[in-house]
Amino acid sequence: MEAFSALLERLYFTNSKNTKTAVIHEYLRDTPDPDRGWAIAALAGTLNFDLFKRALIKSLILERADPVLFELSYDYVGEMSETVAHLWPNAASEKEVSLPSLSEVVNTFKQADKQQTRDYLVSLLNQMTPAQRWALVKLGTRGLRVGVSARLIKRILADYGGQDVTVLEQLWHGIEPPYTELLAWLEGRAEKPDVSDKVTFHPVMLAHPLNESQLDELHLNDWQIEWKYDGIRVQLVSTPKGMALFSRTGDDISASFPDLLTDLNITGVFDGELLIINNGVIGTFNDLQQRLNKKKPSKKLQTGSPAGMVIYDALAIEGDDLSTATLATRRQALERWFDTQNDQRLLLSNQLKADSPDALRQLRTQATDGDKNAVEGLMLKRRDSVYTPGRPANQWLKWKREPFVIDAVMMYAQRGHGKRSSYYSDYTFGVWQEAVLVPVGKAYSGFTDEELKQLDRWVRQHTVGRFGPVKEVEKALVLEVAFDSAHSSSRHKSGIALRFPRIKRIRWDKPAAEADSVTTVAALIG
Amino acid sequence: MTFLHPREWMETRPEGLYCKPADVFIDAHKPVPRVIVTHGHADHARPGNQWVYATPATLDIMQLRYTDSAWHRSVALDYHQPLCLNPQCSPKQQVTLTFYPAGHILGSAQALLQYAGSRLLISGDYKRRPDPTCAPFEVTPADVFITEATFGLPVFEHPPIENEIAKLINSLALFPDRCHLVGVYALGKCQRVILALRQLGYDKPIYLHGALVKMCELYAKHGIELGGLIAVNDVENTQSLAGEIVLAPPSALNDRWSRKLPNVLTAMASGWMQIRARSKQRNAELPLIISDHCDWPELLQTIEQINAPEVWVTHGREQALVYQAQKMGYSAQALSLIGYEDEDSD
Repeated sequence: MEAFSALLERLYFTNSKNTKTAVIHEYLRDTPDPDRGWAIAALAGTLNFDLFKRALIKSLILERADPVLFELSYDYVGEMSETVAHLWPNAASEKEVSLPSLSEVVNTFKQADKQQTRDYLVSLLNQMTPAQRWALVKLGTRGLRVGVSARLIKRILADYGGQDVTVLEQLWHGIEPPYTELLAWLEGRAEKPDVSDKVTFHPVMLAHPLNESQLDELHLNDWQIEWKYDGIRVQLVSTPKGMALFSRTGDDISASFPDLLTDLNITGVFDGELLIINNGVIGTFNDLQQRLNKKKPSKKLQTGSPAGMVIYDALAIEGDDLSTATLATRRQALERWFDTQNDQRLLLSNQLKADSPDALRQLRTQATDGDKNAVEGLMLKRRDSVYTPGRPANQWLKWKREPFVIDAVMMYAQRGHGKRSSYYSDYTFGVWQEAVLVPVGKAYSGFTDEELKQLDRWVRQHTVGRFGPVKEVEKALVLEVAFDSAHSSSRHKSGIALRFPRIKRIRWDKPAAEADSVTTVAALIG
Repeated sequence: MTFLHPREWMETRPEGLYCKPADVFIDAHKPVPRVIVTHGHADHARPGNQWVYATPATLDIMQLRYTDSAWHRSVALDYHQPLCLNPQCSPKQQVTLTFYPAGHILGSAQALLQYAGSRLLISGDYKRRPDPTCAPFEVTPADVFITEATFGLPVFEHPPIENEIAKLINSLALFPDRCHLVGVYALGKCQRVILALRQLGYDKPIYLHGALVKMCELYAKHGIELGGLIAVNDVENTQSLAGEIVLAPPSALNDRWSRKLPNVLTAMASGWMQIRARSKQRNAELPLIISDHCDWPELLQTIEQINAPEVWVTHGREQALVYQAQKMGYSAQALSLIGYEDEDSD
């Protein structure tokens, strides 16, 4: 456990990927199995169980710290684990106790009942330094963020064994912590793990934003044009061994969408967008929102907002491997196969026609939520592009529709989390309804670090009230807010909800009275 | 004469805390006719005032920083020397100022104001840890104690400075080819870090960003021996700074200036480094938790030792300290003064 905590400390405070790689390689060399495999799982986010619950941590700390001081501390630190790490009373004993190994900790928690979990956690926290407590809480609640993505971990492991990262990615979803076989293979002591009987995720291909200044230089004939759907990017993998639905990051989300998978009679690896599809008609993003983050959707929800998939690509169809074929070839195969389908839950993403940049611009203006449900822009894909995991340059381009922009007034501010902890970086803004400001949304991005400091200072110097962690500010600062779409909402006083609002500009110069009104914003609901 | 509670004769004005009978501000952040300055950090000592009352070292610091605009007239007042601020008034109306060491930086003082039978103690910024660069904090009785609350949350417990400096020295041993660039505030933190390195036996020259040189010279003039210091500007080949310690103001850490240094490892010395995200915000690879303010236990210890029935809490995390002081049986309230930086920046 000491080595794991030291590893996290070094990773946390290192910015360079090369140094992170060196640090992890060193850890892998110096640490025995199965400890090192559990550490990999913790970093890659592949631990599939909580060692203990956040609620337990919270109740333990509240037995030991004043609740008011805990809340104020948590609000300031911006993170539960670190707050607990610092507030946990230090044990009086001077002598150094050696902690159990990482795998012992994992296994003990895994087998413990409720009371044993509680006792074991307390005894560990009592013996630990603040940094070790932080590591344990992060590990236990699976909230580890030390600037090492799952993708980076795979790359680091590939480098460690002198293998290509794509091989690692193909294996990844077929293997499990503590990765003893994988590490043995990487160290040349064993054969490559066999995952042929597993349903595995294939890392997805992503798009770059279109650089509008280059639009006129594109040879549009080389590009396949489609709508950019506003749903959840998914990969449907169906083999004779089983079927699974993966998110774009490779999380298995099958359980959330049983209505899509039940009795689905297809074989292959399909790439597409999960949307609400009711009798062949695509629902709005609002409809889809009901289904987000529902791990076990009710029957009623499944019937009312049934999940479907707009398919736009395939890596394999009925045994034919398309992973090295060009998009043009894949598309042909996909269209041929789709003609044989009659499942109401599946749609094919249509190709659009634009033979000039102006025609393309024209198409983009039609990409609205309104009459074309759940469309948020255009996709351009090179017809000769091979399906490449990651974000290869100049192969797939996305072109979102123009955002809407309004002038709103800052009303409340709250401290941010993570990198922005302790800065006032989350702003609730409002627009005028007669002579009163009503909140229409919250934004916490779009500004530079320098602007964040200025906003933070402004908030501190213009505070007029406090509601717990929320500061009410003088209604004097105009924010130019950009957002993707507006929807009617019964949850907000203004009756309006904005999609992905972000701060476009800070209008230090503009008087608050000249900000927009509810009527103006309501007119943008599409 | 009748006892007048400080709340009767003090008030907060847009310029800062104000003593009515003496017509004087304390650490005003806009130019005023008369001001008492507790210490030389820029958010407490500002230029352009008419009359300034401060310790001799604080006046030297202001002179160095602001030259001609430091003040129109100044009164240098040593620690423990009472001074009447309004001798033209009748004895009953007179206000007496006495400075006591605050242990924050060179010249830093607590200001004790006595008027109408009551004692108001304004701590300014202060700390209780040993610091060889300045006189240690002295406990003085008062009716009202005004305390800062920069680190006024129970999550703040600063480790001993030796541990933190040892981290820096160990890192030098571990990465002998990396230039260790340490972010320090020019006034106070810089000199304290240098002395702590010396006390742990680091006797090589320490390299300085140009913005730190003059302040170190000023400390030397005040008898603080800092050992061999070399300005980075005077180094012919900056590649030779691999494996050396370079001190620079925090603003220079990620600035173009630092790019000329070889294979930089960025460290930052500040009390905020205890909070991970704050270290990240500074891009510090090696956070050193070194503070010139009290941590939470020291704030509570000081409130108990001074034992003033009433505590006013200013700049920082007032809410938690007010709450805790009340729990400890003191009458406590937040004193909202704007204009002080959240950081001990200067």
